This record gives sequence, structure tokens and C-alpha cells, in this order.
Amino acid sequence: MQNKKYKYRVSFPHIGNYYVPIYNWFSNILDKNTTKIIIPKKMSKQTLEFGSNNSPDFICLPFKYNVGNFIESLNQGANVLVQAGGGCKYGYYAELQEQILKDMGYDFKYITLVEKGKIKPFKIYKKFKELNPNLTFFKFIYRFCVAALIAYFLDKFEDYIRLNISYEEKIGKFEVIHKIFLLKLRNIKSISQLFKVKNKYMKKLKNIKLISKEDRNEKIKIGIIGELFTSMEQFSSNNIEKKLNKLGAATKRYTTVTYLLVKKPLEMKRLIKKSKKYIEYELGADGTTSVAHAIELADNGYDGIIHIKPFGCTPEENAIPILQKISKDKNIPIMYLTFDTQNSDTALDTRLEAFYDMLVMNKEKKKVDVLDNKEALDG
Amino acid sequence: MDSKCYIGIDIGSISTKGVVIDSNNNIIASKYLWTEGSPINATKNVVSSLKEQLDNKNICKDVYGIGTTGSARNLIGTILNANLVKNEITAHAIGTLSRYPDTKTILEIGGQDSKLIIIRNGVVVDYAMNTLCAAGTGAFLSSQAKRLGIEIEQLGKIALSSKNPTKIAARCTVFAESDLVHKAQIGHSKEDIVAGICKAVVNNYLNNLAKGKSIEDKVIFQGGVSKNVGVVEAFKKALNKEVYVDKDSHLMGALGVAILSKNINKNGNKLNFDFNIKDIDFKTIGTECKGCPNNCEIVNIYKDGKLIDKMGGRCDKGNQITKIS
Repeated sequence: MQNKKYKYRVSFPHIGNYYVPIYNWFSNILDKNTTKIIIPKKMSKQTLEFGSNNSPDFICLPFKYNVGNFIESLNQGANVLVQAGGGCKYGYYAELQEQILKDMGYDFKYITLVEKGKIKPFKIYKKFKELNPNLTFFKFIYRFCVAALIAYFLDKFEDYIRLNISYEEKIGKFEVIHKIFLLKLRNIKSISQLFKVKNKYMKKLKNIKLISKEDRNEKIKIGIIGELFTSMEQFSSNNIEKKLNKLGAATKRYTTVTYLLVKKPLEMKRLIKKSKKYIEYELGADGTTSVAHAIELADNGYDGIIHIKPFGCTPEENAIPILQKISKDKNIPIMYLTFDTQNSDTALDTRLEAFYDMLVMNKEKKKVDVLDNKEALDG
Repeated sequence: MDSKCYIGIDIGSISTKGVVIDSNNNIIASKYLWTEGSPINATKNVVSSLKEQLDNKNICKDVYGIGTTGSARNLIGTILNANLVKNEITAHAIGTLSRYPDTKTILEIGGQDSKLIIIRNGVVVDYAMNTLCAAGTGAFLSSQAKRLGIEIEQLGKIALSSKNPTKIAARCTVFAESDLVHKAQIGHSKEDIVAGICKAVVNNYLNNLAKGKSIEDKVIFQGGVSKNVGVVEAFKKALNKEVYVDKDSHLMGALGVAILSKNINKNGNKLNFDFNIKDIDFKTIGTECKGCPNNCEIVNIYKDGKLIDKMGGRCDKGNQITKIS
């Protein structure tokens, strides 16, 4: 195998399009002559099959996808795996996955970015220095910042797409630009180059013709809240955003990597304060933000909310009763969806279509009511 | 009298329903039969029965709308060349509202799914549908009836004769079944067990779907299971409310989609529809798309040996009809 000529073959699990900044970061801090970066295979049914066959049955869904990604990469020759961690079960993914994969007979080096819930930059730096002895701490941090910036612009770019893709005059233009943008971002060398590329494509994106403002106001707006993996990795939630866009709805999602790493820690206290009618303490992982964002979406005139979570996600399970109360108080429909290894689109299509139909009928009814009131006042 | 008529077909997992309505939403012909795992044949039989009924009444009608709903709606929609394919939740709500404009809650239990539709001021404001599990649906009732050696149609009547329903764990169909076997072996009578099953279905439904939703009058119960008087009684007791069951409660989805197909055909073009669909040979062949590791199952639909549609792919790669000409 040609891979064998590299001493280190580094891989990582997929989440949405973030393989782009991760790839960029790794490729700039590791030595090209000794290291090859293997982007895991595109998510597929096979990924999930590998994952669920080799994971505990009742573990949450992202774990299974991660294991699937790792196995596919290991089969392609990877021998260094990188994993992060978080505030729920995600916190022990790394240890458990390492054990499972080692028990399966794979031989590899395992790097965790988060240890016991804490990120220690210098410790991580040392781990990468083992792979590339010439790596300086400054370069390591600088390159991380570049990657973070890439993620930031990518998030901005995709936010705009989500909100506007159903307003396109000619369907399909957004998607083309999105694909080119992803390719360009992967090989960014410097911050100035990044800004150039970003400005160019952001401009292109904003130049795409949209339908008129009146027509836009007619469209349904749906907010998507819930657990981070199913939110960001569209394969695991059966491309729910695309499906809603196809039905004709604009979607809004708060959860992005930028949000989780930068904005969320800063505004946590504010969010709890704002939603103090419903929560007093943090619910763990994304539970708190789900509640706070549901309130915000309702107040901002969104037509409906969809709450998504993988099967077995405890923080989101805790958020549901509170969301039900918000739904009643604020008079906004919330649909709850749980994603598991079951992979049929039919059931989801039925529910989304019905939810969308319901929101359309509600909107029309409201319009009629407003007209009636006006007539009553005039008459 | 205008001779416009509209057809609605609801192809469920267990049964297939068809109605023909006139411009005033009156049902002029209807048919209900088992799907028996073959939606195409079931539809053929339904359509030819509808034709027979129309012929017997000696009304020759022109078809101005065809709607399909239910889990096989896309397949049958293609075959019938329908002008509307709609999900069953919307169809059920529209069908019921056409008869009971003051409805506030619709309970619906079908063969493999159950829904709760909340309506306020004539508009659907919330709904819930069972996810991940088929416990507490018609499939559970029919499998248990078979186990007890009772005709499914008799289940309700037998349940009513019980004074002391057996408690049966309702969370999961598999557990409920083992609980049921256990209760039978320790000597509970058949009537009590049957009544217990009906109660279990209701409890499961309310625990799963009605959480956090307020069920208000007027409550309409429909779907195939609404024909089971035992379940109706159990609902009345559990909700402490009057529960209405329409005489056509099993046809509401078909009625709804027929009405929707009428509403969508605004410019009033007559549809090209042949009631003699029975003579047309439809064939479906399932293949696996090898385009990527997803291996989507593609269904190819042939009409008289000619490929008319492909469906089931996640992307357009597998769904494209390659022209052989």
C-alpha cells in the first residue's frame, strides 16, 4: 500500500464539514514527508454498521458514528487517531473507543485533545511534537488559530446558506458555491489568503439572486435546536435541514463549532438568566442552550421549532419537559425527533411534511384572522 | 348536476382504503380491504370495487382529482398518476375537519403507527406520532388476537364483557406479550385478558403521545383500531371524556386526501384516469444502487413492461431513469 511510505497516518472522526479546518490544522503542523492525513470516508450506512456492530448497544449514537469512522480509517491504513471530548458521555468516548479498537486488534496511537474535561494546550502540543519533532509551540497555536478562523468563516457561510437557500431564484446555485468554497478552504496557507478567499466567496454567495422580500416573508421559518452531533452532522439526522429547505422552509440553527467553543461559554450565564422562568441551573451539554434558544426563537417570530437528539442523549431528554412547557406558554409548535441506527427516510419525511403543512396552515389562518380583525375595526 | 368526482386512496401497512367523493365532499363509493403486503394488488382491487359501486348506482363520473396517502403513498401515487401525494397526518386532519369542524383532538391508531392531532379553531396546531416503536398499535392487537385464537373483529365485544380487566405491562410489545402469556398461565380468564390488552393499548398511546399535550373536547377517535369497541371504552374511561367515533372512521385519511386533491385542482382539468387499472400490469423490481457505500434500495416501477419511475435513492444518482428507448 502506498500509505506505508508514511510513518504516521493521522485520522479523526467526521462531524459535518469540519473536516476542512481539522485537515488544514493537521496538514500545517505535521511533517509532510513523514505524515499523511487521512480524511475519513464520507459517512454512509456502512460507517454506521461498523460502528454499531462494535459499540455498546445503549451508548448514544455519535459514539457509534465515531467508531465507524475510525474503523474505516484504520482499514485505510491510519495509525494515529485524534479524538476530542465534552461535558456529557462525550467525556469518556476517547478512553472507551481506544479500548474497543485495541481489543479489535488494531494497532495505533491515540491522541485525546480533552483530558478529564480539561483542555491543556501545552500537553496536546507535546503529543503532536512526538509526531513532528520540528514543531514549535508558537506554530502549533498559530495554526490552531488559523483553523479556528476557517471554522468561523465556514460557519458564517453555512449560516447564510441555511437561512436563504429556500429563497433562491434559481435552485442549486448555493450548493455549487458551497462545494467550491470547501475545496478552497482546505488548502489555506495564511491568514491573508484566508481573508481573500472568504471575501471572494462571501461576495459571490451574497450576489446570488433571491426572491423578493414579500415572497420571503411568506415562507415558513423553522428553528432547529438540540444535541450538537445530530445538529452538525447532517448524515446522522438524515439531512433534516436539506429536507426542510426542499419543502420550502428557511432554517436557523445556533449550534456550530464557533458557537460551542466561543460564544456559548461566554453567554451561558446570560442564557440561564434569560430563561430563569424555566431553569435555574445548567442542564449539562446542550440542554441549557436548547431551552434558551427555544424561548428566543419563539420571541423572534419563528413558525416552529424542531428539537433533535440521538437516542440515549440524557441532557436533551431532560430538556424535553421544559420545552413542552415553553411550547404551551409561547404557543409555538415543537416537534421532537430522536435519531438512531434506524435509517429509513420515509418515517422522517412523513413527520417533516406534516409539520411543515401544519405551520403553513397556521400561518394562513393567522393572516385571515388579522384581516378579519382589520375589517371588524374598519367596519 | 355536475359529474365531477375525486378519488382518495389511503394505503396503510395493514389495510387499504379508497373513497370516491363528489364536489360536496359526500362519499359516493368506498372500499376497505387488507393490504396483505401487496399495496399494488390491494389498490387494484379497491379501484375496481369503487368502479363497480359507481356502475351499480349508474352514475358515470369524470375524475378530477386523485390523491394518495399512507405509507405506500409514493408508490401508488406514481401508479395511479395522482395529482396529489400527501402525508397521512394532514390527510386525517382534513378529513375529520370536513365532518366535525369543532374537533379539538383527533386520536388515531392505525396498523403500525399512531398519531395524536391537536386542533384549535379548525387548524392543526400540534401533533405527535409514535417514534422508534410500534407498541400500542393495531399490529399489536392483531398479533395478540391471533395468539388467543380470537378473530380480531370480535376482540372489542369480548373485552366489553369483562368486569375486571387484567393489568398488562404496556410499555413494550415484546414485554406485553410475555406478561400476557404469564397472566394466561396463572389463570386469568380470556375476557379479562382481552380487556387488559385494550387498556394496555390506550395506556401506551397516552403515555407515549399525549405527554405534555392537553386533550380537549371534542375528541374524535379514528383509524382501524377505532372499530374496536373495547379500545373506545378504555379511552373513554382513561380520558374521562366522551369519545366520538364516526361510522366512516376508518376512511378519514382517504376522505381527507380526496378533498385535498379537489382543492389542488384549481383550474379544473379533467384527469386522465382509467378505472380499468386491473388490466394493466404493474411490476416492481428492487435493486441496490452501487453508486456509493450507502447501497440505497431502489425500487423500479414498470407499467406493462415499461419503466415509469424509480424511487428510494438518497440522491439523484439512483433515481434517474436511464433512457433505453
